[in-house]
Order: sequence, then structure tokens, then C-alpha cells
Amino acid sequence: MKISKSIYLFFLPGLLLYAIFFIYPTVSALFYSFTDWDGLSSSFQFVGIDNYERAFTGDTIFRKTIGNNLKFMLVVVVFQTFVALAFALVVLKNTKTTIFLRALYFFPTILSSVSVAFIWSFIYDPSLGILNQTLELVGLGSLAQNWLGNADIAIYSLAVTQIWFHAGQMLIIFVAGLQSIPDELYEVAKIEGATKWQTFRNVTWPLLAPSATIVIAYTTIQSFKAFDLVFAMTGGGPNNSTEIVATYIFDIAFRSYQFGYASAISVIFMIIIATITFLQFKALRSDRISY
Amino acid sequence: MFFRRFSLVIYALLILIPLLIVVLTSMKTIQETFRNPLGLPEAGLQFENYTAIFQEQTMAGYFMNSTIVTLFSVSLTLFFASLIAYGIIRLNNWIGNFLFILFTLGMMVPAQVSMIPLYSLMLDLNLTNSLVGLILVNISTTMPIAVFILTGFMKTLPKELFEASTIDGAGNWKIYTKVAIPLSLPSLSATAIFLFVMHWNDLLYPLLFITDNAYKTLPLALLEFQGEYSTNYPMLFTGVIIASAPMVIAYIFLQRYFVAGMTAGAVKG
Repeated sequence: MKISKSIYLFFLPGLLLYAIFFIYPTVSALFYSFTDWDGLSSSFQFVGIDNYERAFTGDTIFRKTIGNNLKFMLVVVVFQTFVALAFALVVLKNTKTTIFLRALYFFPTILSSVSVAFIWSFIYDPSLGILNQTLELVGLGSLAQNWLGNADIAIYSLAVTQIWFHAGQMLIIFVAGLQSIPDELYEVAKIEGATKWQTFRNVTWPLLAPSATIVIAYTTIQSFKAFDLVFAMTGGGPNNSTEIVATYIFDIAFRSYQFGYASAISVIFMIIIATITFLQFKALRSDRISY
Repeated sequence: MFFRRFSLVIYALLILIPLLIVVLTSMKTIQETFRNPLGLPEAGLQFENYTAIFQEQTMAGYFMNSTIVTLFSVSLTLFFASLIAYGIIRLNNWIGNFLFILFTLGMMVPAQVSMIPLYSLMLDLNLTNSLVGLILVNISTTMPIAVFILTGFMKTLPKELFEASTIDGAGNWKIYTKVAIPLSLPSLSATAIFLFVMHWNDLLYPLLFITDNAYKTLPLALLEFQGEYSTNYPMLFTGVIIASAPMVIAYIFLQRYFVAGMTAGAVKG
């Protein structure tokens, strides 16, 4: 059916803003990544792939940053997925209690990252914090720590905060996935005398694969892109032990004004994220299960 | 069975205790917090921090800024993105497909990538320290996800409805306002809540573009408090409560929609 040409006007306002404030800056980032622009002066020089070379060979902090990102991501993905799935299985049925609990577990998701950062900075506070106080109280005072000030564990303290923040959201995705599994399949399993574990292994788990893929992929990207919590809780310290790519880009761009170099790092960052996202879409397509 | 219940309670406490501490601490003095960080307020609950924060700080102003930025960002994003989604599903040709891909590719680009050139663009356009600037950036950066969710939903609407309306002589605008929008209300409201939470809580863009107190939004203002009050947790937590209150109240009443919106954002993002 022929459609009136006026439809093209519908794209106009959104596309215009998107082009100016999103496409243009993103493409420029690619351009500036080959320059030594400082972000302030109007002149800059092309330096070829120098910035990329520096990122991969000369910059030890960048390497550390990638390592921190991977540590953070791995801990969050493994534990958050486990917590979300384990508790989704327990609050699966719709009763008054489980509906209330699901709402409670989801609650942190709606808070701002700055608020969550304050709450957990207080929990981790070496002298006032509830964590050290509780450890003293139960006689484990020797474990008391400067949770955000100790370079060996600060990144894990941040990971725990991230899990507290977002596990509930992932739990809800699992609940939705689990609830979409038809009851008949469980009835069949029951009739055939399958044990609980067999039912989980052969019915729940394969049919849960699509939601599991979504949760794992989303958690991976979310934890890789994390910025706010780190920025507000440790600022990348102590001794760069919690510096991750997103905060590092911010630092080199707006604290040392190396816009060209920061752009190169951000392009590398984008390629990593795009790869993960691409794999997510691929996995989602191949995992579609029909029943 | 016992173990199940026990673990549910533990998880619930892990969420509740930090929140309870925030509320209690906001009603203490700083001395009390240092003497007994976990105890109840000694002199009963006090609301002095609340009155102080509203007097000393320009809290009302921050609150207003957040409200303006969030409301305009959410409604304009929804409006523009729904126009685009409607256009894409009606066009149904290579242009529509191209635009769909162009917008959804944006979901893969982390904010940190466009942030640097965007910063200098905002300076050039004189849009720093401006709520309008913040709103324009918000609209552009959430356009991809909004277009993605809304197009996905509108694709499921029966084509015959649009074709019948065209035969009846309705133009695109009329079909958009009288058919597409009313039928898309579930996905519009889910997207609205997702965007609402996201913009209300956003830190990065205010951090980049706002330095003048007159234009600060709540998350940025909170971050500044942290510098100013460093360990004055009662004051910081009072700020946290004031900044979170609208979200929490909305969540209590509209819980189902929040969950739908935030998970739609997660799944599709």
C-alpha cells in the first residue's frame, strides 16, 4: 500500500538530535583518536596510530585498568548470576510473600548510583562502618579491614556493592523466564518419576537458557561499563587498584586533558563492548528453543 | 525448607538493614553517629538535618532541576522515538531498516566514547550549564533504546488496522495519534519508567556539563555534598533520602510497572 510522503517528517526531530548529539560526537571520537588534541586548543596534529600503540604497549596503567575491569566483571557475573538464579527459583511461585520479597529484592535497582555509593561507603567505613562493627561483635574483629582503602581488596568490595545494586533486576528476569516454562512439562517429569535434580537438569535448565543468556550478557556489559560507583566510592584508588576503563578515560580526558589519547582508549572500549553485544545477539538467536 | 526460608530472610535483611541505617542515621547528629554508629538516635528521631539541608543548601533548586530535566527528557524521548518507531514500521522498506539499524547501533556505544567530542560541542553551542543542553543530550543518548523497544512492540500490532485507517482516509499523523499511540500504551509506559529512573539518577552528563550550582541535578549535588561534608553521614543520608523519595514513592505505588520497565530496558539493552 502506498504511504504518504509525510511519513519522512516523523523521523526528523529524533534523527536530527541523534545526529548532532550522538552520531557526530561518536564519529569525531574515532577521528580525534588519531590526533594529539588536548581538547582546549584549536590546533592539533595527526599522530597516526601512536595513541593506539601507546595504549597497547607503553601504558602500564591501561593494562592494569583492563585487568581490574576483568576482575570486577568476572566476580560480578559469576556471583550475581548465581544469586539471581538461586533466589529466583525460591520466589518463583506467586504468593503474597514471594511477590513482596521480589519487590524488596528489586528495590535497590531504582536508587541512584550515587546514593548506593554513599550507603556502601558507610558500610565499609573502617571505624564507623557496620561491616567492621559486626565482625567485632561476632568475635571476628581480626578480619576487620579498610575495605575501600586496601588495594588488594577494594575492587572486590566494589563488586559486592554492584551485586547488591543489580542482583534483584536479574532475579526478576530469571523469574519471568522460569514462569514461561509450561507447567505440563513439570507434570510430565513428575509422572515419569524424575527427581528434583533431574527435573532441573532436563526441563528447567535447557528452557531457561534464553533468560540465562540475557542475564549473563547484560551483567557482563553492565559491569564492564560501570562508572558511577567507582567514581563516587574510590575514584580509582588506592594506587589505581580500582581504576577501570570508564573512569580511566574520564581521568585522562578531564584531569590531564589528553583528549586524543582518551579518544583512542574509548574507541578500544567501544570495540570490546560492541563485540560482547554482538556475541549476545548471536547467542540469543541460536538459543531460541521452541516447545 | 528451613534453609530456603532462612536464606530468603537473610537476603531480605541484606537489603533492609542498609536502608534502615540510612533512615536512622539521617535522624541523628554527627556526634551521635561517631559515638554509636549503629544505635538508635539518642534523643529520639530528629528532623534537624532535613530542615538544615533545605535551608543551607539550595536543595529545592536541585530538586526542581532534576524534575525539569527528567520530565522533559522522558516525554520528548518518548514522543520522538514513537514517531520514529511508527515511521519504521509503516515504511517497511530499506530506508526504514537502515534507520532502525542506525538507531540500534547506538546501544552498543558506551557514553564514554562520545563524551569527549560531545563536551567540546556543548561548549561551542553554549549549552553547558544549561538544563536545555542536558535535556537535548539525554534525548539523543536514550533514543536508541527507546526506538528499539517501541519498534519491537509496534511491529506486533496488526498491519490491517493501519491499512484500514488509510483506506478510511486518515493521514499519517491521525493514524499515529489515534491508532498507534493508544495501542502502544503498555510499551510506552514501560519505556517511560525505564527512562525516568535512568534520567533521574544520571550522574555522568551533569558531571560533564554542569558546574554552576543553579543548574545542578540531585545526583551531582549529592556528589558535591560528599566533598563538602566528607564524613558527615547524617547530612549525606538526608540528601540520599530527599533525592530518592520520588522514586521510592512511585515504586511503592507502581511497582509492577517499574519491574516491567526496568526489565524491558535490561532485556532489550
